[in-house]
Amino acid sequence: MLKSDRTFFLRPQDMIGIAVLAFLLIVILPLTLDNFRLQFVGKYLTYAFVALGLVLCWGYAGILSLGQGVFFGLGGYCMAMFLKLESSSVEATKIQTTPGIPDFMDWNQITELPYMWQPFNSLTLTLIAVILVPALFAFIVGFAMFKRRVGGVYFAIITQALAAIMTILIIGQQGYTGGINGITDLRTLNGWDIRTDSAKTILYFVCVALLIACILIAYFVKSSKLGRILVAMRDKEDRVRFSGYDVANFKVFVFCLAASLSAIGGAMFTLQVGFMSPSFVGIVPSIEMVIYAAVGGRLSILGAIYGTLLVNWAKTSFSESFPELWLFGLGGLFIAVVLIFPNGIAGLWQTYIAPRLGPLFGGTAARRASPPATPPAPPPSGSAAPAAAE
Amino acid sequence: MFADYSLAELGSIFVMQGFAGLILFSVFVLMALGLAIIFGQMGVINMAHGEFMILGAYVTYFTSQFFLNYLPGLFGAYFFLAMILAFFAAGALGMAVEWLMIRRLYKRPLDTLLATWGLSLILQQLYRSVFGPREVGVELPSWMMGSISVTDTIEVQINGLFVMGLTIVITVAVALLMYKSAWGKQVRAVVQNRVMAGAVGIDTEKVDRYTFGLGCGIAGVAGSAFTMIGSTGPTSGQLYIVDTFLVVVFGGAQSLLGTIASAFTISQAQSTMEFFLSGSMAKVLTLLGVVIILMLRPQGLFVIKVRR
Amino acid sequence: MSSQNDQSNKFSTTRRKLLMGIAALPAVPLLASAGLFSTPAMAQAPATSAVNTTGLAVTDTEVTVGILHSVTGTMAISETGSVQAEKLAIDQINAMGGVLGRKIKFIQEDGASDWPTFAEKAKKLLVNDKVAAIMGCWTSASRKAVLPVVEQYNGMLYYPTFYEGLEQSKNVIYTGQEATQQILAGLDWVAKTKNGKTFYLIGSDYIWPRTSMKIARKHIEGHLKDSSVVGEEYFPLGHTQFNSVINKIKLKKPDVIYAAVVGGSNVAFYKQLKAAGIDLNKQTLLTISVTEDEIDGIGGENIAGAYSSMKYFQSLDNPNNKEFVAAFKKMWGEKTVIGDVTQAAYLGPWLWKMTVEKAGSFDIDKIAAASAGIEFNKAPEGYVKIHDNHHLWSKARIGLALPDGQFKVVYETPDLIEPDPFPKGYQ
Repeated sequence: MLKSDRTFFLRPQDMIGIAVLAFLLIVILPLTLDNFRLQFVGKYLTYAFVALGLVLCWGYAGILSLGQGVFFGLGGYCMAMFLKLESSSVEATKIQTTPGIPDFMDWNQITELPYMWQPFNSLTLTLIAVILVPALFAFIVGFAMFKRRVGGVYFAIITQALAAIMTILIIGQQGYTGGINGITDLRTLNGWDIRTDSAKTILYFVCVALLIACILIAYFVKSSKLGRILVAMRDKEDRVRFSGYDVANFKVFVFCLAASLSAIGGAMFTLQVGFMSPSFVGIVPSIEMVIYAAVGGRLSILGAIYGTLLVNWAKTSFSESFPELWLFGLGGLFIAVVLIFPNGIAGLWQTYIAPRLGPLFGGTAARRASPPATPPAPPPSGSAAPAAAE
Repeated sequence: MFADYSLAELGSIFVMQGFAGLILFSVFVLMALGLAIIFGQMGVINMAHGEFMILGAYVTYFTSQFFLNYLPGLFGAYFFLAMILAFFAAGALGMAVEWLMIRRLYKRPLDTLLATWGLSLILQQLYRSVFGPREVGVELPSWMMGSISVTDTIEVQINGLFVMGLTIVITVAVALLMYKSAWGKQVRAVVQNRVMAGAVGIDTEKVDRYTFGLGCGIAGVAGSAFTMIGSTGPTSGQLYIVDTFLVVVFGGAQSLLGTIASAFTISQAQSTMEFFLSGSMAKVLTLLGVVIILMLRPQGLFVIKVRR
Repeated sequence: MSSQNDQSNKFSTTRRKLLMGIAALPAVPLLASAGLFSTPAMAQAPATSAVNTTGLAVTDTEVTVGILHSVTGTMAISETGSVQAEKLAIDQINAMGGVLGRKIKFIQEDGASDWPTFAEKAKKLLVNDKVAAIMGCWTSASRKAVLPVVEQYNGMLYYPTFYEGLEQSKNVIYTGQEATQQILAGLDWVAKTKNGKTFYLIGSDYIWPRTSMKIARKHIEGHLKDSSVVGEEYFPLGHTQFNSVINKIKLKKPDVIYAAVVGGSNVAFYKQLKAAGIDLNKQTLLTISVTEDEIDGIGGENIAGAYSSMKYFQSLDNPNNKEFVAAFKKMWGEKTVIGDVTQAAYLGPWLWKMTVEKAGSFDIDKIAAASAGIEFNKAPEGYVKIHDNHHLWSKARIGLALPDGQFKVVYETPDLIEPDPFPKGYQ
């Protein structure tokens, strides 16, 4: 089913777009920014994974999740648990009542490592968990809801409630999760000190590499038949259903994929920032992550990356120079992106800039980013003419 | 846990606990009613609902300050005026927002969510810049504080009674307006079939604007009433938003009766669990229960069948 | 300004000249002895190369420190007072001639109520701005985020909030109370004077209330006679419905309600307590989370009669505090209130100044080593002293909340209480 009917899943203009982004992230930014600012970009890029997932799940499949912070957090916590265990060796924690367990557990009278934490002694299991735990959680949530045809607004609000529940749970179960302080003071990854500047630079490049890999996956999904079914589903769900497809399965798949992407971002966040806390799980960060995708253009894979970078850069520089005005700016951005340019930066690019550039950029970019012009899904081969759903 | 108490004591505790549940029920209904109108009747998700409530709370605060300084003799009665002012202030802001923003988005319900979230950020910062970042203490007339002793052990909170009374009045008023008045008929007509309603001469834009204004106005009254039980600060509105949405969604968005039933269910569940379990766990279990039931019965408790 | 400043001015000028003399003695004895007898205005500061060997932002005339609090976001409400206090202290120190002859310049950064932002800004202050010290952080979460940064880049953090303890660092001076200082004396007092035997513990659900309640429970059950805990409850941050727990309290009829509810929940809790007919003048309530700042939002009439366990109250009756309150109001307006944390934040720049002068250097390692034993006579809360574990020796006080939003101090411990961030037998 995933087999594309094209010879290659990237069109030339997509390759140019990815190359430009890669050049920007790998060459231009590291050369022009000092270490300190580059680490900021590294942190922003971890949010870009979430935005990427949202483009697939919201832009293409029409499923708006207001709980992506949950998955970001799950990925981040998985990674943080591993790093915390590594920094809680028996020697490093010998002043504790029970040496060898994380400090916050000791403060909460926990005397042995909980079962939940055991797998995170192994890096391999941790890396698997980073991807699988959020995907599994997304599967449970998605399967239950999409099979019962919960969608749209209801799905958004339920995922929002999940974000609230998750935050309360993490804060409340502080013996197992570190509570509101989160899991802090992470030092080494398999003996490699992740706090030094050189380590952070390496992690930045790892993050960029992973991001580009994820972008390729996103393009692959988008251009595959699956991607076109998703779009068809978003626009006329009943027709797709009557054509014999099990709509729910596609939705569950894309929701799980978005969850895993977010989780990778979360894990990279933990590595680069050096801690994880419930403040990235709740309702507010989850909605902010939606705006990254919206600003970039909810239908544009590359737009999501630029949107994330732009919003975060604006946030940092605004809050440095006019802290009072930042919320006005962010709030205005939400409204403007909805009212004035619903297709975000990608839409602006396509309307105003691309036509002035050469045919390679112009014509192609226009097709890439124009949402209403998304070609209607061709009738799935072999199936009968779509039944009239109305 | 109950071994050491006499039957009479236990009885009175259960009475009081039931009363606590009823207060929570009233609070939920009051919070959710405005949202139920906006969400249920118009399909708009108003994430700034909490901020409209806090506008009502600030209006109450300033009314109380005004009475304290200029009309101290009438201070006992200021709260009624404050609620009316809160209704009109929040309602007017709501209509302005509808005109500037919401009316362009009726075809894109998910986008109203983002736009109103942006609005809530702007309102929060506006409150912070204008009224200051600190919470303000709203002084209440003395007759509204304290409790009436029914027996030696049963005490009834006056502000609880007040909230319950207010909830009944507003619910009845909304029900009459929606189901008995000509205007209510127009609103329901627009909900069921916008094009047809327009065709028979209903000014659908005007109906939308007033409906939105009504929902926001009720939020303002709720905010005004909540100065009795909660805090008033730039970000206080955020405390209510998740509960409110769950009540509305759980009830089945389009039915006022559903909203009331769901408020009753959730409030009783929460208040009973809070009594028997610790606070945090009760909250998690309530939310989780609601989410699971919603997964099993996504359309909510009550639905009106509408041809789409 | 006032006599306080004149006095300490004299004190510190002499001291500075002495220090300067000592510092310069080996190099140019003649100049140094001349310096000893020169007037303050002409006093020459010790050479920058001598007092700053690690490349901090210290010039011949200026030294830079960082202020790192939330100016935006949900924590801005609480942290504003700390920023104001730190700026006041820096102003006053500069008016007296600064530190080692150098004026203090500050760079203020906004943590925006966001913990990674705190960590980033701390790093910026240390790496880019090379500040000699950071006055900052408020919540435990922000401190936990900043701690690895100040340890890695070897900075000095002055942290003002009363907190849960369980932490100690060479690079942090904790100017607020740790949990045992705040809790134990208060419990002893309430057990003795209010004859409290049964306690109901209620708090917001996060690390500080939970740790504090754990210590309180151990103390009640292990150290107070015939006392017991009859209930312990935690509510999510931002919870606004307390009627059920109030009913439980009525059922259990505890002698003392012991509360650590914070933020918006605080307001809801006290309003609903009052509405439920629990008269705090009859029902003893002791809180560790309400300062004058919080009462602003709760409303004095709603909490009048409650007791609060802190180390500082604005109404404290001593000359230091009178001057401090007057100076604070002069700078920030008549209507501002001063809570416990605000006062603790005010101590930060002063303690740092005195440590620098004792060490005769801005070097972090020397300051960290010289901190223990620093005494500050002019603290608004009275005499304080830095312990070897970098917390403060301080007194615990109980205040009775009055309807006008102030506290009446009803008890203070006779002696300074030793800070004990890792209390044995309480973990």
